[in-house]
Amino acid sequence: MPIPTPFHSRTSKLCYSNHWKAWAGYYTVCSYGISHEPEYLAIRHAAGLIDVTPLFKYEIHGPDAAEFLARATVKDVRRLKLGRVTYLVWCDDEGKVVDDGTLSCLDEGYFRLTAAEPMLSWLDRLSHSYDVRIEDSSDRIAVLSLQGPTSRDILKQAVDADMDALRFFGVVRCRIDGIDGWVSRTGYTGDLGYEIWVGNDDAERLYDTLMAAGAPYGIRAAGLDAMDVTRIEAGFIMNGVDYFSAHHCLTEERKTSPYELGLGWTVQLDREPFVGQTALKKEKEQGSERLFVGLDIDWAEVEAVFDLYGLPPELPGSAWRDGRPVYDENGQWIGQATSGVWSPTLKQNLALAQVEAPFAKVGTRLRIEVTAEYRRHQVTATVVETPFFNPPRKRS
Amino acid sequence: MSKRYDAIVVGAGHNGLICAAYLAKAGHKVLVLERRHVVGGAAVSEEIFPGFTFSVLSYVVSLFRPSIIRDLELPRHGYEVLPLETSFTPHHDGPGLCRWPEEGLSRREISRFSAKDAEVYPEFSLTMTKMARFARNIIDSEAPDPTSFDPRELMTMLRLGKALRGDGNAFLDMQAKLMTMSAVDFLDRWFESDVLKAPMSCSGIIGTFLGVRSPGTAYVLLHHYMGEIDGAFRSWGLSKGGTGGISVACANAAKSYGAEVRTEAPVDKILIKNGRTTGVVLRDGDEIEANMVISGCDPRLTFMGFVGEEHLDGDFVQRIKQYKFRGSSGKVNLAVDRLPTFRDREGSEFLRGDIAIAPSIDYLERAYDEAKYGTFSRRPYINVVIPTLMDPSVAPPGKHIISMFVQYAPYNLKEGPEKWPEKREAFGDTVVDTLAEYCPGLKESILHRQVITPWDMEQEFGLTEGNIFQGELSLEQLLFQRPAAGWSRYRTPVKNLWMCGSGTHPGGGIMGSSGQLAAKAILEAGEL
Ligand SMILES: Cc1cc2nc3c(=O)[nH]c(=O)nc-3n(C[C@H](O)[C@H](O)[C@H](O)COP(=O)(O)OP(=O)(O)OC[C@H]3O[C@@H](n4cnc5c(N)ncnc54)[C@H](O)[C@@H]3O)c2cc1C
Repeated sequence: MPIPTPFHSRTSKLCYSNHWKAWAGYYTVCSYGISHEPEYLAIRHAAGLIDVTPLFKYEIHGPDAAEFLARATVKDVRRLKLGRVTYLVWCDDEGKVVDDGTLSCLDEGYFRLTAAEPMLSWLDRLSHSYDVRIEDSSDRIAVLSLQGPTSRDILKQAVDADMDALRFFGVVRCRIDGIDGWVSRTGYTGDLGYEIWVGNDDAERLYDTLMAAGAPYGIRAAGLDAMDVTRIEAGFIMNGVDYFSAHHCLTEERKTSPYELGLGWTVQLDREPFVGQTALKKEKEQGSERLFVGLDIDWAEVEAVFDLYGLPPELPGSAWRDGRPVYDENGQWIGQATSGVWSPTLKQNLALAQVEAPFAKVGTRLRIEVTAEYRRHQVTATVVETPFFNPPRKRS
Repeated sequence: MSKRYDAIVVGAGHNGLICAAYLAKAGHKVLVLERRHVVGGAAVSEEIFPGFTFSVLSYVVSLFRPSIIRDLELPRHGYEVLPLETSFTPHHDGPGLCRWPEEGLSRREISRFSAKDAEVYPEFSLTMTKMARFARNIIDSEAPDPTSFDPRELMTMLRLGKALRGDGNAFLDMQAKLMTMSAVDFLDRWFESDVLKAPMSCSGIIGTFLGVRSPGTAYVLLHHYMGEIDGAFRSWGLSKGGTGGISVACANAAKSYGAEVRTEAPVDKILIKNGRTTGVVLRDGDEIEANMVISGCDPRLTFMGFVGEEHLDGDFVQRIKQYKFRGSSGKVNLAVDRLPTFRDREGSEFLRGDIAIAPSIDYLERAYDEAKYGTFSRRPYINVVIPTLMDPSVAPPGKHIISMFVQYAPYNLKEGPEKWPEKREAFGDTVVDTLAEYCPGLKESILHRQVITPWDMEQEFGLTEGNIFQGELSLEQLLFQRPAAGWSRYRTPVKNLWMCGSGTHPGGGIMGSSGQLAAKAILEAGEL
């Protein structure tokens, strides 16, 4: 049986749809209401409060913490300054992605890594020659993600640190209504937003504080379905959906490198050895076979396909994550779209995809499968830049 | 100072802006001239009180054409629409009726009044959706131009719609009924509960000087069912930052294609030489030359105001003079310091949509009766929206806006329309009193109030006789007869003078079709 998160007494009261799912062994809310849409709109127009406690979290202490993490991940995190957060991936020896997450530098020799999957044993295996201590804090730290244009105004009501001074991907230890914790300017929505980290015992009080402070600012509890729409608009990939951890792949073909996921920018190759470096250097030289792209699926063509049956376009109500084949203009299979969504904000039908490298240039016209009235059709999907949605307020 | 333009658009209403954007996108040098200090016309946001941005006039969107959003890349220019979720009708005795987006919830609410109606409700929606899909062909293309005005012609033309599948005859029958029946008669064929029919019938009277029992209002009902958001036929939405957000997005799009938009530039006359327009004169005397002038203002203002009878044939003048305005609506916008509360309902979920003060059909008909004799309704129909619940950006934190669209407020008061300024506050009081009967504490929560009468709409917004749609949406002024038979395709009897406002087919509402179709017709004509 999944277990409740420390916010359960609050979230369960609000979740009138009873729409839950298990995430990393916890009960989490898919949508509080019957439709996730009001929650999505809150994230884009006011603020959404999302319980993201089930994230795996690791506290890495010790004089060698930075050295160790620079060895374990693709980024040279020795350069990460105190009070900064960075997004990164880590790979297996063959340079295939194991997981992705954020790393915060919380103090001299003290980092916090988040992961989508349990990573303790993997980290432990790599740590033996370093003077570090790794603690799995997953079940001890409760996390809320407060996302949306009014999120900063809300935090200003409750936090004793200067929220105007907290830059994008900054983190600060502070008191939230007297509760000792951290606020980081991070999130999974591509909007202005924060994540707030406290001990389990303070979770309920934190929740109540934020809800009360947020009431005049349109705060709303938001579930994972709403967050899924925003993360696709933001062009963020998801482990287990847009790629599979190298630890779980039965076949080589399923594994992916950071370059293939559009995360080449996180890889810092020319430095002391790190896990996967040799393979990644080789891939960088030779070029990747596949590349990650954003697709804009032609709406007029989707309408036309449904019109063949006298129907208005029928779209899945929420983001989809059952992959769809992608073809070149001659009908040759060249990759797959792994998740997608109708963006209510952009009025575009979007997808994240991996395609063979020659087809990854922005502007390339591809074909994607669309099912209308149980029959398969193909419509144009054009390669576009990601993030699809990137409001200035995210960094302002 | 004179710089020659390919085209001048008179009026920066959303239609004028859209027309300008399409023309500019096609490579033409376009200037838009707006009388007021802001763009938008009837679709405008203004910070009326510090921190409170009101959708001064129109307040909800749904008819806006998706093809325009795509063609002009409006999301890039700030277009954002938040769907309304519910439809609530409060009652004096009990929790009222709330219709929810989830069928099961609506069914339970409706069955408190009629179990049968609760089941018929989705059937009705399906039929209306079918008809709306069909009617979409009408609003997305130029009006057909039959040579006779025989009503059968209309039906023949309607038959062209390709949405007609299978049950064509039953469907035509339904269309014919819609064209001629009253909203109430039409709803009577489906439903028994007065409490349900009352709020449903209201869309049949929006912007008309007709009652819910007047013939022809069934068609207007359909007009309001055609709303589409994201390609799906569904209800209404709010523009982020108020309705003006849409106009601003259109203006930004037009500018991005190279059009110039000038505010505080009222046009006085359209210049005409030898039956052909050569430009405009501004009120300050400046002349601006252009190869073409396109008016986004209503037909009376355009022809009787800017052109002048002396340049027009008698017949045409006659038709324009007969074109009816008869404004019948007012608007009251409140800034409040808390959300209103309603009897027997908790929370605010049921307020995240529109709230109709329409407790019964008799109530609505009585409101009309009073207006017929030249007074505003003592207990009017009100359509209330609280935009701040979904878009907190339009008010200071914790404060709210209550937008109230009110009918009837007849332009033609029995004492004469010019007496409206004296009655303005009394009208505002009536509206607030009416809502306060359902919301105890409303009056105490009011920080500021803006009252707009049909007279104000005419004087301040250039809407002749305060008609919200640049002319009534009644059957005899729609399609090929809007604004005048023979002149429904955006051309006018004056050479190189065109029209693009909602006084042309397919008519009023934030729809953009008039502007889009006019631009297409102009580009096809190749006279630019
Ligand atoms: C109170 C009210 C509520 C409404 N509610 C809704 C609603 O909720 N939803 C909906 O879809 N529709 C609604 N409508 C209708 C909708 O707003 C209009 O049909 C639509 O905005 C008309 O747009 P337009 O561009 O055709 O004309 P307008 O917006 O009328 O544009 C004409 C422009 O011309 C300008 N102008 C006038 N004289 C001159 C001059 N001499 N020189 C230069 N410029 C001039 C005006 O200032 C104006 O900007 C409402 C209208 C009103 C009045």
